[in-house]
Amino acid sequence: MKSDDKLLRWLLTGIGMSLSMGLFAVSIAWADESADKGLNIATEADRRDVGFGDFRVSLKMVLRNRYDQESIRLMRNTTREQQGDGDKTLIVFDNPRDVKGTAFLSHTHKLDADDQWLFLPALKRVKRISSSNKSGPFMGSEFAYEDIASQELEKYSYRYIADEQFDGRDHFKVELTPTNAKSGYHHQMVWFDKDEYRVWKIDFYDRKNSLLKTLTYQGYKQYLNRYWRAETMSMVNHQTGKSTVLTFTDYVFAIGTTDSDFTSSRLKRAR
Amino acid sequence: MNFHHSLYTLIVVTIGVLAHANTSWAGDWDVAGQASLELRYFPYTAVHANQRNITVSPSGTIEPELVYEWNGGRDRFTLTPFARFDTDDHRRTHADLREVNWLHVGSDWDLLIGIGKVFWGVTESVHLVDIVNQTDAVEDISGEKKLGQPMINFTIEKQWGVFNVIALPGFRTRTFTSDSARLHGPLPVDWSNETYESSRGQRHIDWAVRWSRSFGDIDIAISHFQGTSREALLTLHNRGGVPVIVPHYSQIGQTGFELQWTTENTLWKAEAMSRSGHGKRFYATASGFEHTLYDVGESGVDVGLLMEYLSDNRDVRFAPASGADNDMFAGARFVLNDTQDTSALVGGIYDLQNHAVFVNLEAERRITDHLKVEINARFFVNVPDNDLFALIRSDDYVEMKLNCFF
Repeated sequence: MKSDDKLLRWLLTGIGMSLSMGLFAVSIAWADESADKGLNIATEADRRDVGFGDFRVSLKMVLRNRYDQESIRLMRNTTREQQGDGDKTLIVFDNPRDVKGTAFLSHTHKLDADDQWLFLPALKRVKRISSSNKSGPFMGSEFAYEDIASQELEKYSYRYIADEQFDGRDHFKVELTPTNAKSGYHHQMVWFDKDEYRVWKIDFYDRKNSLLKTLTYQGYKQYLNRYWRAETMSMVNHQTGKSTVLTFTDYVFAIGTTDSDFTSSRLKRAR
Repeated sequence: MNFHHSLYTLIVVTIGVLAHANTSWAGDWDVAGQASLELRYFPYTAVHANQRNITVSPSGTIEPELVYEWNGGRDRFTLTPFARFDTDDHRRTHADLREVNWLHVGSDWDLLIGIGKVFWGVTESVHLVDIVNQTDAVEDISGEKKLGQPMINFTIEKQWGVFNVIALPGFRTRTFTSDSARLHGPLPVDWSNETYESSRGQRHIDWAVRWSRSFGDIDIAISHFQGTSREALLTLHNRGGVPVIVPHYSQIGQTGFELQWTTENTLWKAEAMSRSGHGKRFYATASGFEHTLYDVGESGVDVGLLMEYLSDNRDVRFAPASGADNDMFAGARFVLNDTQDTSALVGGIYDLQNHAVFVNLEAERRITDHLKVEINARFFVNVPDNDLFALIRSDDYVEMKLNCFF
């Protein structure tokens, strides 16, 4: 019967609509839940690192191209934690020798653009520079400026994806989407371990959403009985075959810096 | 020459450092430095009768740096001698103590005593406000190479800004190329019999103060210098029927202003100065921007576009000539962001009145951890007789430098 057909169709459509509505509602709830869980994981990781005060560390960066040719960067980093704002960081370069004595000062902020200065020792000149170059390479390496900048919670939105086990550890897999349009990434996939909320691996996806780089962390050590720092960070660029290995040595915490040590005027005394 | 001043400062500072360091001798030594080989090529024939027609001119430099730190880095002694050996210009063959000083860094203040260098300013094409150090003009016509200056330099930083006061005992005379060299005018310069407005001559004590402060994205600075002009008035004298140029150093007061507004991709910059002592009080300005295009066409290359307008209303009958009285500077900076840190800056200063153009090209690339190659070129285009550059307009050059860092 035609009318029955019609009725049936109406009925089916109605069921279908309510079904899909229901599914939609479920997926919204699920998205909310996974966003909440993602944020909670990131917040917990962040909370566990609060209160370190300050530290200094020596960095060695080994840049390798696809023909296995190496070049080495040496630098020293001093970082001072800020309450309610991003950290202040001073980096002094030692190698290559032509940039020896060059110093980079950064006042990072949670949402506003960071403030950055560069000290050029040959001219004894301090230049305030633009910080909008987030996706550019740091010192010609596979690390972008945004990879080495202080990671503030507010810089991303979060989504919990799954639990994953590797290297004998249980992990949370969380998707981070940058809130800043200038970021070079569509999103990052981050693996936190469940015991200590340390990051062990990050997959970076470029703006076109294809896998660009993978960063892996090794050799975590605990300082001041609380703060975990990796000894090695290895970045591999899947699209170019280039890689950069960053090694941290001689971490010293509680070195007694003051904010006066991180001003643009003091930068010209850095070495 | 100021060698006695330099030597005296060296001795005083060294004794001071040794006396101070004696109590905690467990400091750190750091030896570094740089040496370079340089080849200049002058494509055009020299035009002045006094000039030798040099086409290819080699020279070399050495600049070691010795640093001793103690007291947890709060005290530092720096020694940086410099020397150049030039095969064609015996005046460009010269030595200088770029730095011999003791620096103490306090909580929110620091004190530097000895020979040092101070840079003031924000703009790229000219440095109007930068006045503390004398220009080592034989090194480079850009004016960015400076002679070491004896100073007592105190800086304090508070909520209200950074205050810097510098006492400058001992004047350094500007360096001049020798009479037969390229980049020299038609008349001999009697550089060692210079004259001074002050009866104290080289021993006049100059002063400089500067206050600077940041207001968010805006940085400003106001400075004042009182003392012997770093720029020389070139006065014409007659020595037994032979005309010679004798540098004369006036007493001046110069007030400077600096401004930078840092926005997302653009740095807005301005410098202004007002000077008394060279005839009627005059003003000079430089203002413009540097706009950076990051990662152009996903090539990884950053391109910076620079533009600055330059003005100067000095009366050249009473004041040293200026190359930029009503000029426009435009340039582009290319940063390749590669492992070798390859970069290039090409720019031109165009005189809006007489249409003369000064073209400047600088490019550099690292070869190894210790070697860098640099290519610089300077061209004077369409320079009329009444322009400052007229005397050296046939001395365009291309320079290749091999820098070794140790």
